[in-house]
Amino acid sequence: MADAVVKAGTKPDGITPSQTAGPYFAYALTPAGRYAIADLATNDLVTDDAVGERITIAGRVIDGDGELVTDAMLEIWQADGEGRLPGADPALSNARFKGFGRCECDAEGRFSFRTVKPGRVPGPNGAMQAPHLDVGVFARGILRRLFTRIYFEGEAGNESDPILKLVPAERRSTVIARRAGADLYKLDIRLQGENETVFFEA
Amino acid sequence: MTAAYPTESLKAHPPYLYPDYRSTVKRSPSRALVVIPHTLSELTGPVYGHESLREHDSDLTRQHAGEPLGERIIVSGRVVDEDGRPVPRTLLEVWQANAAGRYIHVVDQHPAPLDPNFSGAGRVVTDADGRYRFTTIKPGAYPWKNHPNAWRPAHIHFSLFGPTFLTRLVTQMYFPGDPLLALDPMWNSIPDEKARWRMMSSFDIETTEPEWALGYRFDIVLRGRDATPMEDPHHG
Ligand SMILES: [Fe+2]
Repeated sequence: MADAVVKAGTKPDGITPSQTAGPYFAYALTPAGRYAIADLATNDLVTDDAVGERITIAGRVIDGDGELVTDAMLEIWQADGEGRLPGADPALSNARFKGFGRCECDAEGRFSFRTVKPGRVPGPNGAMQAPHLDVGVFARGILRRLFTRIYFEGEAGNESDPILKLVPAERRSTVIARRAGADLYKLDIRLQGENETVFFEA
Repeated sequence: MTAAYPTESLKAHPPYLYPDYRSTVKRSPSRALVVIPHTLSELTGPVYGHESLREHDSDLTRQHAGEPLGERIIVSGRVVDEDGRPVPRTLLEVWQANAAGRYIHVVDQHPAPLDPNFSGAGRVVTDADGRYRFTTIKPGAYPWKNHPNAWRPAHIHFSLFGPTFLTRLVTQMYFPGDPLLALDPMWNSIPDEKARWRMMSSFDIETTEPEWALGYRFDIVLRGRDATPMEDPHHG
């Protein structure tokens, strides 16, 4: 069998497969002051130049037995309050707002992100999408990143969102965070079983 | 449905449910994934370049006052997409056990010694041609509780961003000739044997530095946009 050497100028015969992040990623990916390496991204995305309503999104990660998952890492990727995505919108090229966050679940399986509520970004065929975050879930026992989204309760755009429309109506609530306070939204991520979170393939 | 990245390539990945790896049993979705088109949200992604690096991030043997114990190695390679185009200026994050097979993570209780001179976390950014290179020590094998007498083959964890949300990859690099591979559920979870071997590094005398360190080559292939069929000179 050929090992991972791609000869210059040739087309590889496929992508490198995914493997689990395992249980020991924190000292490299989510050090949060506990380990020597500097934080790349934390669960606080708010910068003074970030445009948008300041909010907190919080929840828990739960497995198929209803047990709390205490060793997961969540990553989020989102637009700012005006629907501008870093990298896609020149106006944001010098902004400190990165649109990217990471959070390691705590001993109670909880995560939280402090961020700005994203604006709407275009979807397929120019139809606007409702405000949402793209979410990646990594953990021991997850061989390949799980991809889900977080939408927001009460958004008029949810009804016509081109991605939500692809989700069976009875499962949509698994990806819509409910308002739990003036600036607080809550949503649990259920990896398996009753009210299982909708995960996407893209 | 618009898929800017071919989804056929995803077949290289392991299934979510792979019972031989016990932790997948309660952590894998039981419902079918919902297939969605690629929107601007998926076709953009965070950018972390040289400004995210600090001194010694790419030399894991120089992060402490003294030198770590173990076999010093240099790991280098290229990050390319599935069409063979280099992925320039993209961040790689790596983490690993020390030479004795112990992680500094507080949860790791393997009764092997910690090395005060080794943390095992590093970062490097690819150059304009997609090349990267870092120095470390060869990690040891370590036991885990998946099944009786279970041991992980020596490996280095890799995390890559690539240009968009869809190119994100977390994987592991293995070492040639490791007798534990055939018994390892992680290695075996990749259904296609050819794809599995893309996680295998190779000893490389070109990378090896005389009187200093052995070299290993590990090229990484991320998803690529608008893949166009290209002549393969090896199978043409
Ligand atoms: Fe590991």
